[in-house]
Amino acid sequence: MRNLQPNAPTPAAAQGASARSWNWRRTLAPTGNTGDTVFRSILFACAFILLLIVIIMIGAMAVNSLPSLRAFGFGFLTSQEWNPIAGKFGALPFIYGTILSSLLALFISVPLSLGIAIFLVEQAPRALARPVGFLVELLAAIPSVVYGLWGIFVLAPALRETVEPSLARWFGWLPFFQGNITGIGLFTGGIILAIMITPIITAVVRDVLAAVPVSQREAAFALGATKWETTRVVLTNGAAGIAGAIILGLGRAIGETMAVTMVIGNRAQISASLFEPSYTIASVLANEFTEATGELYLSALIELGLILFLVTFTVNGVARLLVWSVAHRAGGSSVGRAG
Amino acid sequence: MATPTSTTASVKSATETMQERTRAFENDRESRVAAKVSVRELDFFYGRAQALHKISLDVGSQIVMAFIGPSGCGKSTFLRTLNRMNDTIPGTRVEGSVQIDGQDIYAPGTDVVELRRRVGMVFQKSNPFPKSIFDNVAYGLRINKLTSSKTELSDRVEEALTNAALWPEVKDRLKASALSLSGGQQQRLCIARALAVRPEVILMDEPASALDPIATQKIEELIVELKRQYTIVIVTHNMQQAARVSDETAFFWLGKLVEVNSTEQMFTNPNEKLTEDYITGRFG
Repeated sequence: MRNLQPNAPTPAAAQGASARSWNWRRTLAPTGNTGDTVFRSILFACAFILLLIVIIMIGAMAVNSLPSLRAFGFGFLTSQEWNPIAGKFGALPFIYGTILSSLLALFISVPLSLGIAIFLVEQAPRALARPVGFLVELLAAIPSVVYGLWGIFVLAPALRETVEPSLARWFGWLPFFQGNITGIGLFTGGIILAIMITPIITAVVRDVLAAVPVSQREAAFALGATKWETTRVVLTNGAAGIAGAIILGLGRAIGETMAVTMVIGNRAQISASLFEPSYTIASVLANEFTEATGELYLSALIELGLILFLVTFTVNGVARLLVWSVAHRAGGSSVGRAG
Repeated sequence: MATPTSTTASVKSATETMQERTRAFENDRESRVAAKVSVRELDFFYGRAQALHKISLDVGSQIVMAFIGPSGCGKSTFLRTLNRMNDTIPGTRVEGSVQIDGQDIYAPGTDVVELRRRVGMVFQKSNPFPKSIFDNVAYGLRINKLTSSKTELSDRVEEALTNAALWPEVKDRLKASALSLSGGQQQRLCIARALAVRPEVILMDEPASALDPIATQKIEELIVELKRQYTIVIVTHNMQQAARVSDETAFFWLGKLVEVNSTEQMFTNPNEKLTEDYITGRFG
């Protein structure tokens, strides 16, 4: 059992707490020992630098995107026109491309990742679960440019020759599967993203499922539940964490740059067809910052960067919170095998 | 067996021995058929470590049998062999036989899911699902498709909660989360959940060890009450508890079954010196 009750405060500590004023001297030098004070100060500075970097980043981007903010205001988010020569900048095609490629990636990756994670935690013998789990983690560490190269030379031709024609033939009546089949476009971008985020989602879901107490599985088994029914109990227990894992994958997909840039076609347009080239926020930043000559052009790109930063920051924050909530609720786990 | 060189006398004695054995076997078979749970020569291994040695034991119908013994003596492990709960732990192995109503539960082709519906279990630490009180009790009924209508389902849930002496406390908040109940209530909810599928045998693994004295008393009263309908096997560290609730007691020590006896006999005049030493607190 966890003892949640904090230590009873001594009268002196209670007085100090009632003052509620933060005392930097107590924070940095709680022991009064000079060595300890120096040590703590250095560590404090290290932690503080990280916070400072984040603040500077947001500040710099906000300041530098001011010209664009002034020129286009809210219309920046809704305009479809991206014309550097005319000085017209609208973010909608990039937002569309980013959202659609990420959703497509999730659509493919979530069932796959759940399947792998459930297999690893609930079904696979330990001798298999360890190496496969290790492999999953290795996949997450492959540089994205390598995925991109593979996407251009292997995945795109394969999709162009086999998958895309079949989709056009059988599902061509849907607007998503009409248009030119080139192998380069939103569809390929979504699939490469799916491949890249599958290891991440799998790894987190696996940890979430492993954190569900054995006692929950035993409770289900003891009532005559099958393996499948027990797995559903485990999934219910880990629901928040699984949602977190999916959102974490979404965050990665939204921010992913290199591999997507290499296969998505890089054309600022909005088309219902998944076969058409598209463009993401991250890709346009990578492609165009070197040629951004005018102040407004650069400022528009920086505003895009700010949008991407805030969105991924929020998405990742929410995801971490959800995963954390499962790990901590599961704290009172018991195996019940004593005696 | 008689050998060609044996004398008439020895042939006779051999025949007698055989007849005796046959009789013993038949007595044994009768007792096994009469018993609800019948275990013979059970060995259990965690990997290479042998946790149980040649356990033979009968549990009669509609009685409470308590397992006592020091920590690590194998009583929980043994309890978990009775509904094959140890199957869920990788690397475990069972030898010997466990029969329930004369059927060997370790025979190939045994439906373990059906077995666990017939042999319910309550764990040391209450483990309600993070669902509503109603859904917790209804869980076993739903997955086993034991009810045909919503009314029947809620009737069975009410019946189970009533039998677990929890109904008056929760009847107005069946939709509340099971995790909002107190520790003692959660454990009674787990008992209700086990009762709902109407098992024949209920295994309880130290069901009151995490509870305060009042909640413990309620659970004990419940066990005595449930004995009318069910066969109950309870593991306990608490010898007073064993004395209070059980009809028969089995004493385990170092993976072996030292003595099985009526509880009264066990606590007043045990057959084995070891049992007496344990009960009087000389070790353990």
